[in-house]
Amino acid sequence: MSISLTELWVILGCGAITVLSRVLPFAFVKSLNMPAWLISFLSFVPITIMTALCCESLFVAHAGHLATLNIANCLAAIPATLAGVLTKSLLMVVVVGIMAMAVLRYFSIG
Amino acid sequence: MSPSLTFRTGVRDVLPTVFGYIGVGLAFGIVAHTSHLSLLVVAGLSFVVYAGSAQFIITSMLLLHDPLSAIFISTFLVNSRMILMSTSLAQYFKHESLTRNLLIGTLVTDETFALAMNKQNKTNGKLSFAWQSAANVIAYLVWGLSTVVGAILGGLIADPTRFGFDFALTAMFIGLVYLQLISDKHLGMTLQLSVMAFVALAYYFLIGVMSQNFALLVATVAGCLFGMELKKCR
Repeated sequence: MSISLTELWVILGCGAITVLSRVLPFAFVKSLNMPAWLISFLSFVPITIMTALCCESLFVAHAGHLATLNIANCLAAIPATLAGVLTKSLLMVVVVGIMAMAVLRYFSIG
Repeated sequence: MSPSLTFRTGVRDVLPTVFGYIGVGLAFGIVAHTSHLSLLVVAGLSFVVYAGSAQFIITSMLLLHDPLSAIFISTFLVNSRMILMSTSLAQYFKHESLTRNLLIGTLVTDETFALAMNKQNKTNGKLSFAWQSAANVIAYLVWGLSTVVGAILGGLIADPTRFGFDFALTAMFIGLVYLQLISDKHLGMTLQLSVMAFVALAYYFLIGVMSQNFALLVATVAGCLFGMELKKCR
C-alpha cells in the first residue's frame, strides 16, 4: 500500500479534469436556453457515440494504414446482435456475447 | 425496460450493464497490478478519476514516466466526449435543482448515458433524479469494487480474457446501440442507420491518420452534423 507524490497528483488532477468535463455542461444547460440547431445536433449524440464506441472494438488501428477488423470481436458480435434482435434484452446480448467469446477463445479462433 | 422511473427501477435497469463493468473492472485491476500500481492508487483512480478507458491510458503513461502535463492532456482528450454526453443528458434534468444536476453530472459515464437514452425512449422523453442516481451510484460502486478485486486477484489469475469477460463491454454497447436504433421513434430507423453507416465509415478512415480517441470524437461530431443535414433534406 503505497502512493507516490506523482501518483497522488495524477489522481487529483485527472479527477478534477474528468469531473469538470461531466459537471460543467449540466451547469450551463441549466442556466442557458439552447438554440434549436444545438438541440438538433445533440439529438444525434446517442446513436453516433454508441456506434463509434462499437467501432472502437470492431476495428484495429494501424497508424498510416487502413484499419483491419478485430476478427474475434466481429465474430462474437454476430450472435450478440442476433440475441438483441430476438430478445430485445440487454442482459441476453451481454450473456450471449460473453459465451460466444469464451467459445472462440476455447478453440483459439480470431 | 418498463416506463417506471423510481430508484428501484433504476437499480433493475442498470443490472445488465453491470457485467460490462465487472469484466472491464477486473481487467483494469489486473493490468494495474502488473503495472506495479498499489491497491491505494487503483482505488484512487477508480473512485476519484472514475473514467474507464482513461484509467488504462493513465496507467500506461505512469508506467512510462510520462510528464504530468501529458497525462492531463490525454485524460482531457479521452474524456472530452463526456462534454457531449453531459450536454445531451442535462436537457432531461433542466427542471431539477442545480445541486441535483451537479450530482447527476458527477457520475455520468458512457454506459449510464446510453442507458438513460434508451430509457427516455420508453418514457416519452422523461427521466428522473431517482432513476438516474440509482443507475449512476450502482455503476460507480460496481466499477470501483471490480477494479480493486481485480488488483487483488491480479497475481492469481493468469489470463482473465480466456473466459470472454473482456467482450462484455463491447456486447453491452452492441445491445445499447441496437435498442437505441429500434426505439428512437423521433429520428426513425432509416435516418439512424444512415448516420451509423457514416460514423462507422468515418471512424474506419480516421483511425489511420489520428489516435483512436481523437477519431472517436471527430467521427461522433461529423456524424451529428451529417444527421442534421440529412434530416433537413428529408
